[in-house]
Amino acid sequence: MTGILSLTTYAPLIGVAAILLLRAFGRADEAKAANAARWIALVTTLATFALSVLLVAQFDASDPGFQFLEDAPWFAGLHYRMGVDGLSVLFVLLTAFLMPLCIAASWKSIETRVSEYMIAFLVLETLVIGVFCALDLVLFYVFFEFGLVPMFLIIGIWGGKRRVYAAFKFFLYTLLGSVLMLAAILAMISIAGTSSIPELMAYKFDPNLQTWLWLAFFASFAVKMPMWPVHTWLPDAHVEAPTAGSVILAGILLKMGGYGFMRFSLPMFPQASDMFAPLVFAMSVIAIVYTSLVAFRQTDIKKLIAYSSVAHMGFVTMGIFSGNAAGEQGALFQMISHGVISGALFLCVGVVYDRMHTREIAFYGGLVNRMPWYAAVFMLFTMGNVGLPGTSGFVGEILTMTGAYKASTWTAIVAATGVIFSAVYALSLYRRVVFGELTNPALADIADLDWREVAIFAPLIASTLALGVYPSFVFNLTQTSVDHLVAVYQAAIGG
Amino acid sequence: MTFQASLGLALPELILAGAALLLLVVGAFQPRASGLLVLAAIGALVGAAVAAAVGPFGTAFAGGLIADAASTFAKVAIYLASAVAIPLGQRWFERRGVHNFEFPILILLAALGMGMMASAGDLISLYVGIELHSLALYVMAAMHRDDGKASEAGLKYFVLGALSSGLLLYGGSLVYGFAGSTHFDVIAQAGAGTGVLFGLIFLICGLAFKVSAAPFHMWTPDVYEGAPTPVVAFFAAAPKLAAMVLFARLLAEGFGGAAEQWRQVLILIALLSIAVGAFAGLVQKNLKRLWAYSSIANVGYAVLGLAAGDAQGVQSMLMFMVLYMIDVTGFFACLTALSRDGRPMETIEDMAGLVKERPGLALAMTAFSLSALGLPPFSGFWAKLYVFKAAIGAGLGAPAVVGLVGSVVAAFYYLRLIKVMWFDAAPGSTDAPAPEARLVAYALALFSFPIVLGALSVLDPLAKTAAAALGLS
Repeated sequence: MTGILSLTTYAPLIGVAAILLLRAFGRADEAKAANAARWIALVTTLATFALSVLLVAQFDASDPGFQFLEDAPWFAGLHYRMGVDGLSVLFVLLTAFLMPLCIAASWKSIETRVSEYMIAFLVLETLVIGVFCALDLVLFYVFFEFGLVPMFLIIGIWGGKRRVYAAFKFFLYTLLGSVLMLAAILAMISIAGTSSIPELMAYKFDPNLQTWLWLAFFASFAVKMPMWPVHTWLPDAHVEAPTAGSVILAGILLKMGGYGFMRFSLPMFPQASDMFAPLVFAMSVIAIVYTSLVAFRQTDIKKLIAYSSVAHMGFVTMGIFSGNAAGEQGALFQMISHGVISGALFLCVGVVYDRMHTREIAFYGGLVNRMPWYAAVFMLFTMGNVGLPGTSGFVGEILTMTGAYKASTWTAIVAATGVIFSAVYALSLYRRVVFGELTNPALADIADLDWREVAIFAPLIASTLALGVYPSFVFNLTQTSVDHLVAVYQAAIGG
Repeated sequence: MTFQASLGLALPELILAGAALLLLVVGAFQPRASGLLVLAAIGALVGAAVAAAVGPFGTAFAGGLIADAASTFAKVAIYLASAVAIPLGQRWFERRGVHNFEFPILILLAALGMGMMASAGDLISLYVGIELHSLALYVMAAMHRDDGKASEAGLKYFVLGALSSGLLLYGGSLVYGFAGSTHFDVIAQAGAGTGVLFGLIFLICGLAFKVSAAPFHMWTPDVYEGAPTPVVAFFAAAPKLAAMVLFARLLAEGFGGAAEQWRQVLILIALLSIAVGAFAGLVQKNLKRLWAYSSIANVGYAVLGLAAGDAQGVQSMLMFMVLYMIDVTGFFACLTALSRDGRPMETIEDMAGLVKERPGLALAMTAFSLSALGLPPFSGFWAKLYVFKAAIGAGLGAPAVVGLVGSVVAAFYYLRLIKVMWFDAAPGSTDAPAPEARLVAYALALFSFPIVLGALSVLDPLAKTAAAALGLS
């Protein structure tokens, strides 16, 4: 099965080429060309999803190493290296799973410059999958960094009123973090003499040097996650981005930070990770408690969900740096589950935004009277966000807290209050938007979900519930790799 | 070394000089530039590039002219960049009613001077090369005589260029006085005494003027703004490479023993350039001024690579300059192609909504901007990767981090250009772009990505051999 990783990664580019060719040589009018671009994008993303399912099906869960390896020498000692292990394979699946839904969700809401929009999403898909498959530091950086451009354009062209501000803030914040990581990457290549990620994982960096390298990587991933206090770009970016942009941002792009911590920080700089773990714990619980409180005060639905994402990512960082199997498993699971649930929540916002063109919580109220199906769907994902047992949100939170409890009891105790806070803001949001009397006359004719929206939500509902009652689907795939990661990490710090 | 053998080594120079003189005679009888004359000039440059590429290595004219891997690498790049500049500029001048035949010939003379700079083995040929190419550039900057700004640019360029030549000559005479020779290798044997170092500082200042590195950058924005756009496309690229190669050769072969001293100076120049380029660029409204500051910052990165002071550093500088030439030539080719109602589009606001109006050129400009920003996978990223890798490998971790942060500051102005092109609405329609400029822009944009991904594996070993020829270890 060599080559399947590159195939999955670059498959979306075939769609890009098709759209470009159609634009260059097609004689169709604007509306027809836009429709063709939509269909091409949908078919391409579905095909990519099929490839990723094949990838997961072929994946050998009992092997802790990298699989489907591809390796070709490039220039100046760099290689084109691809491979996945238990930590990354599910992210490929998650990306390919969310992308067709994003395309479908943009079907009607995006009416200007449709082919550019679809191209931006397809390019973004290639880059994100590339990030999770790259096994060469420089290749990883190329995918990681160029992902900024399509997102910058998605926010800046199809975004809301303050889109330019949000796009610049997103780009510059992330770029500043990334260039520090680039400095660390180059230092690692200079010292270890290789840019291969598997080889670097085995290389023992000097502990003093590790401190600097860890901080440089941390600067990049902490912004990406985002962790408190460098999270402020996220609410702006989310509020201004179009619905599908928010889904990708929350569902996948944030996960690159957590993936980076597990792929680089823990195995390559174990001593530094151990040393800085209390700092990460402190930042995580501040994120959990503080941003939950901030979320409660929001008047914009999207901003509320954005802050809730920051809080949920706090559980992820806490789990990762607890350094034990429960914490790592929980962090991975939480990332997958949050990818589905937060994506679904942003789609829920998109449903009412498409109809009313406002996201003010005060504008809504009593939607259940007119949109019973919508109310049910929104309820399910709200419960998932709160972490109700039976939904996937519960599994991740309980595991990360178990892991953190072993590493630092107080962290887990404070973080547990975050579960209550999340219930406070999420349920109050739900009450204010869905329950009550329908008083706003503008809402009198609001329509319930149409078949397209049902088709978008159905797979999300299914996976939220399925992962909630059968989390082993994830654990079976990740177990060996996580155990290996934890064993190496504990051996390195002498724990 | 016999005289004949020396002539063989100087074949590229002879081709260019012969072609320039011949075309001058032709022009005297036929004052309006014909297509044949343009083609002949391009042919001479391509021929010189081939002659340089296949020619033998050695030292000609008693050490005055050196043909080695480094000079070959630089010359091929310089001659090809010059060949691209001719059609770009000729069409631009014709559209503005300037039909002089001198433009291609001036390019030939400039290329001859730049080739000599890349090959210079002693202070005399260094100076002759610099003056020859500078004089041609001064004239080109002011060639559009009816334009007040162009004349101003030419005069400014000339006066400040003369000042830098004075610095160079003063430094050269000091070095000659203390070392007893103008040959780089003899200077190296004389050791790094105070007098020699004093002269070296003046030489560095003079060269920093030529590459427009801070704090000797003041002339750049004014000259770029005033000079005709295709001329800027030419002198923002090839002359910088020539001067940087000369810089590297002078430091490596003449002052290799004083590396610890000149490295400090170069680090200072590099960081100042990066800072000036990043911060001063933020407030620019004119795109040519903006790219002048961008080029100051980028020269800073090249100097940072050189400051690493080893073969890897020289290699990184060579790679950086070649890849940077692609961006800057391409960007100015886009500007050359664009006009609205016969008026050149030179401010950032002029570019509003360009992606709807001229999608191809807007995409190309986006690629060049992202590349100059240093974003992967464009050529500019690989250029910066080389430089920072060399700097970090040589223990210059802190300057490298400062340089990287500077690139984030500069990112703002590149992004602003992209924002205007992609997010804003177009105010009106643009004129049909000149086919030559458009072709150059597209070709270079495609090189910037994706061709660069393949070209790197070709350029990397070439630059490595070239760097090894300069003998810094």
